[in-house]
Amino acid sequence: MANSDRVKVRIPPKAKKGEIIEIKTQVSHDMETGLRKDAAGKTIPRHIITRFTCTWNGEPVISADWHQAVSANPFASFFAVATASGKIKLAWFDENGETLEYVHDILVE
Amino acid sequence: MDTTATLNRRAVLAGTAAWAAAAGLAAPAPAAAQEADELARKLMGPFKAKEGRVRLKMRDVAASGASEPITVSVDSPMTAADHVKAIHVLAEGNPYPVVSSWYLTPRSGRAEISFRMRLAKTQTVRAYAVTSDGEVWIARQDITVTIGGCGG
Repeated sequence: MANSDRVKVRIPPKAKKGEIIEIKTQVSHDMETGLRKDAAGKTIPRHIITRFTCTWNGEPVISADWHQAVSANPFASFFAVATASGKIKLAWFDENGETLEYVHDILVE
Repeated sequence: MDTTATLNRRAVLAGTAAWAAAAGLAAPAPAAAQEADELARKLMGPFKAKEGRVRLKMRDVAASGASEPITVSVDSPMTAADHVKAIHVLAEGNPYPVVSSWYLTPRSGRAEISFRMRLAKTQTVRAYAVTSDGEVWIARQDITVTIGGCGG
């Protein structure tokens, strides 16, 4: 799966082995709470990202469950230990079954 | 039978009160705080939260409740033997108080997460940290919200 153009990240291209790096991410998503009403007074159905995961060469780094109070266009930043060169994979799962993915190649020396 | 039923009910009530006291709440706790307590127990099971180790970084006054930056960090070596397993953020005054739950691993390296959250009104935000040995730590912060951010 190609990297989603709705995902923006800031991750270093390389790191020293054992270094703790910061991973900053933002994805374009309305995170509709289900509490808002449209002009006609009808409730706009809830549509949010409910799960986020980050793996490094397939091993889990961090994951999260999100609810309505996570802001629109969700930003998230966290840390990871640089263990080996390879792929950092980020994935966002929304409750309508859509998945946004981003894979970042990192060089660890 | 009647007596048993009454005793059971009393036991349950006493249990609830004891739990509230253990959680360090002023009794009677406001409804919003009680709801948050209940949801916290759903997330973590029965627990006794200790103050400390968790730092909650947030402004005291939010310009808008739509997107307020928050950082939660926890003092932890993040080793296989001693790490933070989970961070839960709850906003007591939101329509649904649970904001997000983060599940960390030793591979996280540092027990710190940042994101942006919606706040419906002026309220107290809580951050819980669950460590690998099962301890629960908590930090709370009050935040003034001038414009709520949950729509409606």
